[in-house]
Amino acid sequence: MTDAFIYDAVRTPRGKGKKNGSLHEITSLELATQALEALRDRNNLDTSKVDDVIMGCVAPIGEQGSDIGRTAVLNAGYDERVAGIQVDRFCASGLEACNIAAAKVMVGEADFAIGSGVEAMSRVPMGSNGGAWPTDPRSAIRTRFVPQGVSADLIATKYGFSRENCDSYAVESQKRAAQAWSEGRFSKSIVPVKDQMGATILDRDEHMRPEADMQSLGGLDPSFQFFGDMGFDDVAISRYPEVEKMNHVHHAGNSSGIVDGAAAVLIGNKNAGDAAGLKPRARIKGFCSIGSEPTIMLTGPVDVTQKLLKKLGMTTSDIDLFELNEAFAAVVLRMMQAMDIPHDKMNVNGGAIAMGHPLGATGAMILGTMVDELERSDKETALVTLCIGAGMGTAMVIERV
Amino acid sequence: MDLKAFTFDVDADGIAVAIFDAPDQSMNTLTSDAINDLSLIAKEVGKNDEIKGLVMTSGKPSGFCAGADLGEMSKMLSSNAASKDQESAKKAIFEAAFALNKALREIEACGKPVAAAINGLALGGGFEMTLACHYRVAANDNPKLSLGLPEGKVGLIPGGGGTQRLPRIIGIQEAAPYLLQGKSMRPDKALTLGVVHELAPTSELLQKAKDWLKANPEATAPWDGKSFKVPGGIPNQHPNASQVMMLGNAMIIKETKGNFPAQKAMLSAVYEGLQVPIDAGLRIETRYFINTAMTPEARGMIRTLFQSMQELSKGASRPDGFAANEIKKVAVIGAGLMGAGIAYVQAAAGVETILLDIDQSAAEKGKAYSKNIVEKAVSRGRMTQEKADALLAMITPTTDYNTLSDCDLVVEAVFENPEIKAKVTEQVEAVIGDNTILGSNTSTLPITGLAKASKRPDKFIGIHFFSPVERMGLVEIILGEETSQETLAKTIDYVLKIRKTPVAVNDSRGFYTSRCFSTYTQEGMEMLSEGVAPAIIENVGRGCGMPMGPLEVSDSVGLDTALKIGRATAAAAGQRAEDDPKAALLAWIVEDQGRVGRKAGKGYYEYDEKNKPLRIWPGLSKQVELKTTECPPELKEELTKRFLFRQCIEVARCFEEGVITDARDADVGSILAWGFAPYSGGCVSYMDLKWGIKAFVAEADRLADAYGERFRPNRLLRDLAEKGEAFYKRFPPAASEDRAA
Repeated sequence: MTDAFIYDAVRTPRGKGKKNGSLHEITSLELATQALEALRDRNNLDTSKVDDVIMGCVAPIGEQGSDIGRTAVLNAGYDERVAGIQVDRFCASGLEACNIAAAKVMVGEADFAIGSGVEAMSRVPMGSNGGAWPTDPRSAIRTRFVPQGVSADLIATKYGFSRENCDSYAVESQKRAAQAWSEGRFSKSIVPVKDQMGATILDRDEHMRPEADMQSLGGLDPSFQFFGDMGFDDVAISRYPEVEKMNHVHHAGNSSGIVDGAAAVLIGNKNAGDAAGLKPRARIKGFCSIGSEPTIMLTGPVDVTQKLLKKLGMTTSDIDLFELNEAFAAVVLRMMQAMDIPHDKMNVNGGAIAMGHPLGATGAMILGTMVDELERSDKETALVTLCIGAGMGTAMVIERV
Repeated sequence: MDLKAFTFDVDADGIAVAIFDAPDQSMNTLTSDAINDLSLIAKEVGKNDEIKGLVMTSGKPSGFCAGADLGEMSKMLSSNAASKDQESAKKAIFEAAFALNKALREIEACGKPVAAAINGLALGGGFEMTLACHYRVAANDNPKLSLGLPEGKVGLIPGGGGTQRLPRIIGIQEAAPYLLQGKSMRPDKALTLGVVHELAPTSELLQKAKDWLKANPEATAPWDGKSFKVPGGIPNQHPNASQVMMLGNAMIIKETKGNFPAQKAMLSAVYEGLQVPIDAGLRIETRYFINTAMTPEARGMIRTLFQSMQELSKGASRPDGFAANEIKKVAVIGAGLMGAGIAYVQAAAGVETILLDIDQSAAEKGKAYSKNIVEKAVSRGRMTQEKADALLAMITPTTDYNTLSDCDLVVEAVFENPEIKAKVTEQVEAVIGDNTILGSNTSTLPITGLAKASKRPDKFIGIHFFSPVERMGLVEIILGEETSQETLAKTIDYVLKIRKTPVAVNDSRGFYTSRCFSTYTQEGMEMLSEGVAPAIIENVGRGCGMPMGPLEVSDSVGLDTALKIGRATAAAAGQRAEDDPKAALLAWIVEDQGRVGRKAGKGYYEYDEKNKPLRIWPGLSKQVELKTTECPPELKEELTKRFLFRQCIEVARCFEEGVITDARDADVGSILAWGFAPYSGGCVSYMDLKWGIKAFVAEADRLADAYGERFRPNRLLRDLAEKGEAFYKRFPPAASEDRAA
């Protein structure tokens, strides 16, 4: 099997996913396009050498529909012979896109492939593509569907994370993100988004609230109490009878932010890189995806990490940096608890609680974050993972070259 | 036209009137004859150019139509059930079950406008018949008129288009409670919802319907129009409708724990059926209807909650040959919680009631219980002041035994203490007539023993009420060794008079209901002493369909009582209570920790100041090492089986010992008295239908090997299994043929 290398990674800043967000007036296609353009331009990439662009997107409907991957390839002026595909593995779509790109390189199908993702949540709201899973009684009742926030609260309840635990994790995420920005730790990857005239419209993550503290978070009402009271607590307990009563701890301040953004990662084999005059920044050691129990839904990162490390003959202590998408505070707290991972190895530059989670793009974004951070902190190995809707986990291990 | 259940005439204006008037029936039901008629009527109206429109109404004063003929339907399903896995059998059963949908669709699409003149209650198929009409005018002067789809209450789903047309008329959200809970609507509500178009006095219904037909010669169903949209939209096309569906799915699990197949099937029929044209929707409905009707749950629920309940409420188990006991005046001795409740239900049924206690203030306090109930009803507009006053006037609180002399029956409801009860028996018998029945309300004391205090034990009987009396529908009648059949007959008359459902059993400690139910709490205690986390015990208990977790029930009964009974039982069996870890645990909770249950605000649970459970007492883990703190589905299933099997095994023992003799009584009793998993149709149906006795015995043996002899099948079960018999065959309902529900 051929080795797959990461040659470069870019991402847009994340705009607030609301009507007053800076990127609300920029189309999803444009976000994806600018990420692909940047990857090409800063590497002087001959795009005819790229075989495929895999693009994660979780609400592929409306302007994100009809294969946004291929549409963005054409719109970015890539060689028309470059294929494009949109993939959906919910929150891990961006990382799964990179896994697929890497697999294509490893089996020799592609010399260069781009793993990428886009989600303009202010324009195509989460859930607007519907789906059988929560609505079709045959699926929802059988799988004991609950909304993700209720799953996160279930994790907190079952594994004993209090509101204070979650809030304090969130405060730390904000602090780390603020420090990372102030030290320019993201500057290698960030591609400012240009407006219709070509002027910069956003050059930094605008969802962050570095001033957040325990007191300000303490005033927020739990977001998923309503769903719990409407019956989802009973659904959760019917699957987890050991839970006496649900404790709703998550709210807007300790859950991931709704934002707009796009990212792209250039992956290729050694020869292609050499021919293009590119230096690999990291080697992809391995990756995989798993399914886990769908009601608690968000514990997949533990299972996928265990599976992947076993496959690679590694242990947690072999990993220098862990990056787990901060969908909800309890998701990260649970992984650290279950795998005995110290907080100073986990999400060292903050995460989606501070900077936001553009669903289809996040996986590709945080992979880039890890490439940068390995270089900056002079470390060797990083593991990137995300929790996923309907109970799944996706992960990748990379090492510096 | 050769019509069997309808009359059909065309007036001078070309308006056809089809009057539903099934021969030899007091109430119209949709028999196959009636369905066939509908089809013929549709064809005639469609092809006859003289006919401009059709009015459908009923010729019965009892109502429009009460729905499908459940007996006929059950037969149709069971005749096809044996081979239901074959492709051809599937087609045959579909055709049979689709007949109503097909006929109603023919009416709806006959090409002429159709109006329903709804002159009385229209339920189930009757209501669905009106929904297939283009216009509905209902009587506003008939207090008995209600519209609804009660199928869900007996484990079925509507099979005449109800799941398709109702949500197409009022949207999924509004339709949900009428489908899922089987709620019915009064005419004014139906008008507000838009389910009926107009209300009118009964005498004007026909004219209103005709007027509309003449004014709307081109009418068709809204959903046959090109621009039709379901109100509120449909899931996955309209975010609100998706949300409604999502919450509906959760509500089903909240309300039914996922145990009732019908409610799930209804949601699926709505979800899938609304995405396609109505013809396809109706086919989808029929398929779900068949799937549901074939489940053991539906078969058990129809038999127990519909047929048997009806029969027992009409006195089916009353021995023949005895003159009716005209109940006019009944005395209740003891004005405590039970006595006061009994006095209330008697007064509410128009029975003159003496409420006797040892001091006048206690008797007055007992009457105040009724006052409290009627005052609440008056303040909520559910009862007039006159009716409330009349009800209260029926109750005379007293201390004077002489007022009992002309009573038709006396119910003794004093403390559960044999000596006190014996004394009351003497006092009562000193004043009552020679033929007056004396009933003892007790939940555990053997009647034969209590009857020893009586001079006429043949007229002494147990009448076991359940608390709260005004809400619990069952009365368990216990025959002592010497109780006569005549006494039983007359007691059943009394129970029917006060509008309760009687179940008759023979004497035994705990009789039938208390004895079987107690195994549920005992099994909970077993689990706790094994180290199963209390939350798991409680959630699985509720999850398998019991109204409360076993620990919560125990708290309600009183842990001190449970301890006392446990010790007495152990002593009777020649065992030392201390040797049993369960008894030791209970003793620790009650005697060391002083937690005696809900009445003290502390037991297995902690309670708030209003005595509502707050949470399970965390201190339990001080004494019990909690070994099982996770409950994956396999464990949940295993614990569920332990709860349900334990109760069923006790029921089988009651049959073997002759405590209970009629499968119907056992099923109805198990659901009404202690809330045994109602979706099963009762303990016996759970064994007969859900498992089949052979499989039940094998599974019980496995449980016995794993958890103890308490699960071991008795001789009766093994015999039934060997002979391939069911309880309903061996212990058929008295005076009724073998049913095929």
